[in-house]
Amino acid sequence: MNAPIIRLFVVFMVLFAGLVGATSWWTVLAADSARDNPKNQRDLFKSLEVRRGAITSAGGTELARSVEGPGDTFEREYGPEAEAVSHILGYYYPLGIGDAGTERFRADELSGESDDLDTLFEQIAGGTADVGYDVRTSLDLDAQRVAIQQLAGRKGSVVALEPDTGRVQVMASVPGYDPATLEDEDVFTDLSSDEENSPLINRATQSGYPPGSTFKVLTAAAALDSGRFTPDSALDGSSPQTFSATPLSNFGGQSFGSVSLTQALTQSVNTVWAEVGVQLGEETMTEYMEDFGLFEQPPLDYPDTQLFTSGTYLDNELVKPTEQGQDLGRIAIGQAGLLVTPLQMAMITGTVANDGVLMEPRIAREITDRDGRTVDEVEPERVRRVMSEESANQLTAMMREVVQSGSGVAAALEGTNVAGKTGTAEIDIANNINQLWFVAFAPADDPETAIAVTVERAVGGQGGQVAAPIARAVLESLLD
Amino acid sequence: MTERNRELFALIPASLLVTAGFTAVFIQRDDAVSDVSLVYGAVFLALCLAVHIVLRFKLPNADPYLFPLVAVLACFGLVVIYRIDEDLAREQAQWFVVGLAAFAATVVGLGDHRRLERYRYVIALTGIVLLVLPRVPGIGQQVNGAYLGVQLGPVSFQPSELAKIAIVVFLASYLRDTRQMLVQGARRIGGVTLPPIKHLGPLLMVWGLAMLLLVFIRDLGSSLMFFGGFLALIYVATNRLSFAAIGLALFAGGTWFFASTVGHVQDRVATWRDPFDDRLYDQAGGSFQIAQSIFAQADGGLFGEGFGQSLLTTPDGTVLLPVAETDLIYAVITSEVGLFGAVALLCIYLLFVERGFKTALLATDSFSKLLATGLTAVFGLQVFVIVGGVTKLIPLTGVTLPFISYGGSSIVANFILLALLLLISERARAEAKGAR
Repeated sequence: MNAPIIRLFVVFMVLFAGLVGATSWWTVLAADSARDNPKNQRDLFKSLEVRRGAITSAGGTELARSVEGPGDTFEREYGPEAEAVSHILGYYYPLGIGDAGTERFRADELSGESDDLDTLFEQIAGGTADVGYDVRTSLDLDAQRVAIQQLAGRKGSVVALEPDTGRVQVMASVPGYDPATLEDEDVFTDLSSDEENSPLINRATQSGYPPGSTFKVLTAAAALDSGRFTPDSALDGSSPQTFSATPLSNFGGQSFGSVSLTQALTQSVNTVWAEVGVQLGEETMTEYMEDFGLFEQPPLDYPDTQLFTSGTYLDNELVKPTEQGQDLGRIAIGQAGLLVTPLQMAMITGTVANDGVLMEPRIAREITDRDGRTVDEVEPERVRRVMSEESANQLTAMMREVVQSGSGVAAALEGTNVAGKTGTAEIDIANNINQLWFVAFAPADDPETAIAVTVERAVGGQGGQVAAPIARAVLESLLD
Repeated sequence: MTERNRELFALIPASLLVTAGFTAVFIQRDDAVSDVSLVYGAVFLALCLAVHIVLRFKLPNADPYLFPLVAVLACFGLVVIYRIDEDLAREQAQWFVVGLAAFAATVVGLGDHRRLERYRYVIALTGIVLLVLPRVPGIGQQVNGAYLGVQLGPVSFQPSELAKIAIVVFLASYLRDTRQMLVQGARRIGGVTLPPIKHLGPLLMVWGLAMLLLVFIRDLGSSLMFFGGFLALIYVATNRLSFAAIGLALFAGGTWFFASTVGHVQDRVATWRDPFDDRLYDQAGGSFQIAQSIFAQADGGLFGEGFGQSLLTTPDGTVLLPVAETDLIYAVITSEVGLFGAVALLCIYLLFVERGFKTALLATDSFSKLLATGLTAVFGLQVFVIVGGVTKLIPLTGVTLPFISYGGSSIVANFILLALLLLISERARAEAKGAR
């Protein structure tokens, strides 16, 4: 009887090998899929027992923090400062509406998970972090407040970036919300169904608007950098002229004679810039639009779902001018299906300010532990050189004229040179509804900040009258 | 070194393990090392020593490794249960005392396991009665859809744990008598060796019993365990692979038939095949258990989250991993000590099985050989059924993980099983020494 007993033991070894295999499958081989299963809420429940890190302004003011909740858990608390920065901050209600904004994008750091901590030793020692890291942003809380005050309840947005680092100093979107109230899911439901005001939308990153004449900055950059034009190139500024078989007029129907590009930018002459666009052609315009970051999601440290891709749209589809013949003349002056976010306009302006180099915009500045020691520095990242330094300097000089003597004088600061461009995109001519814009950077010779301001669907008014003063106040606060 | 001295040495790591385990749980819980962990270790060591002394006097030649292996399992189980619920651990410790008493009573009272042969029909009847007891109105309990528990006043127990020993004793005794006839009367029909018609009856009866378990007690796991043990015995008794293959085919056919016709068996199979299905997941007694078991194990990784770190309840106290102290205890273990810890545990079980079969090899008479084989097989199959269920290798059913899961009947029954193995071993090894 001994032989079958030994064979029986072999059968048991095979059975146990099966058990080892099944255990390996779930612990290692298929562990990721089990962890990602939507029914698996273990990480969520564990995260409740983590003291999540705080999110602070550049000056160290706590915008979001965790406080002790019931049992061993922690709850998110938003102070009175949070409302001014609601969209950047987002919210974090794991048992309720979920998360958004920086709370979502920086979830790993805030909950203490970091790649360099995943050492073998810590895996053996077991246990997960129970304290998260703080995220310090580059937000200037004072300037942010000024931006919101200046918008004064009008729907719109202000974005200010540090040109050489891409750090986001201001990112205001009005109307906003108080993150503290979103704990109540009914409030969230009400806010998300308010299509009239859409307060949960971050207009700076999620809303694409026709940029109007501010887009002439990009057209001018393409014109100068391609070597086809100089600031002194003279073109016909008469009005109206026909583009794509449709007459195009200058503002107020004003006709200019032969004008230089500098003058054409200062006076925002539509017919000249439309002609520049047509002469540059689809290839060149598309190339510079791509180089400035259009047609792709901006590389902001912010959730994908809250980022709009700027570019030319046909029937809600992103279509490059090279892919399908479009009204290039009107694209060159910021109309004709062109939809651009305030963030994108700030990036374009910042590129000119940064001698032609586009930087990745960044909300977070550094990750610190609870004792304030730096765990991770968020380094500035260069996207690419878009234009030569020389072209950038020429364009800067042209934009200075706009503020010194052109449509943007309302943005002029005492003692500081400002370079800028106004924009007034007609949205509903019959009802006189315009999208008002102003983009600028200052000081012009050594820029510390680049800004984009927009006011949504304003009745009457022009960018130079409405948006430029807002930019001026925010610049004043930032340069202070 | 004598057998008993080897056993004594092997017990040292077991008691160190229990002390280390409790220390780990205490540190995790209170950030402090408590002397209570030392007390637990000391009490456990004292209990082991008491058993060791019993063995030294009564079974000096028995296998020296079986008891230390059980001690490691038991102390590991106690630590895990303590980590789940302190009160349960205290009760479990008391059950250990009862179990050890049953162990000592079996060793001392029975003296010679071959005396069991005389009562085989009484034992068989007792086993069957025990199995159907949970379906008796008034005392039977349904747990997770299966009828496995019995409630008698304040005491609740799972009679199938004891029944498995009774059935194995009966089968070992029955097959000892009939094995020659089964082999000699066998005929080859169409290339397949079939047992003689005369003896087919009792074998079909065992098969019928397994099917009854499946449908009546509603437990595929127990059914698999009993029938697997039976097949192991018939194979060893006759050395005819075809007998086991026919049995396996009958079992598979029966299972397939009931799985496609009987509602609750269908549900079991459905939750096994697709545990993340929305409807099955939310259904009472549905796939929530197995899904959570998988999620807990996925958190374990190679090294585990550490003792006491696995999440068993949500922050508001709702149970996240159900029946963690019994059916799903292997998931807790995997989650906390990882793949390496879980495989180490499986190795201990496999070592126990190896010692059990070794005992069967050494035994000289057929009954002892068959009894040791049968007891070892059902023990190993029980581990396979519950660990396989928890890891979704097979449908999850409610049997205990021997010596580790919480539960008095399981502890007591498995200690009796251990006592029987040691009794067989004592006799076999003493004879071997005498012969030398």
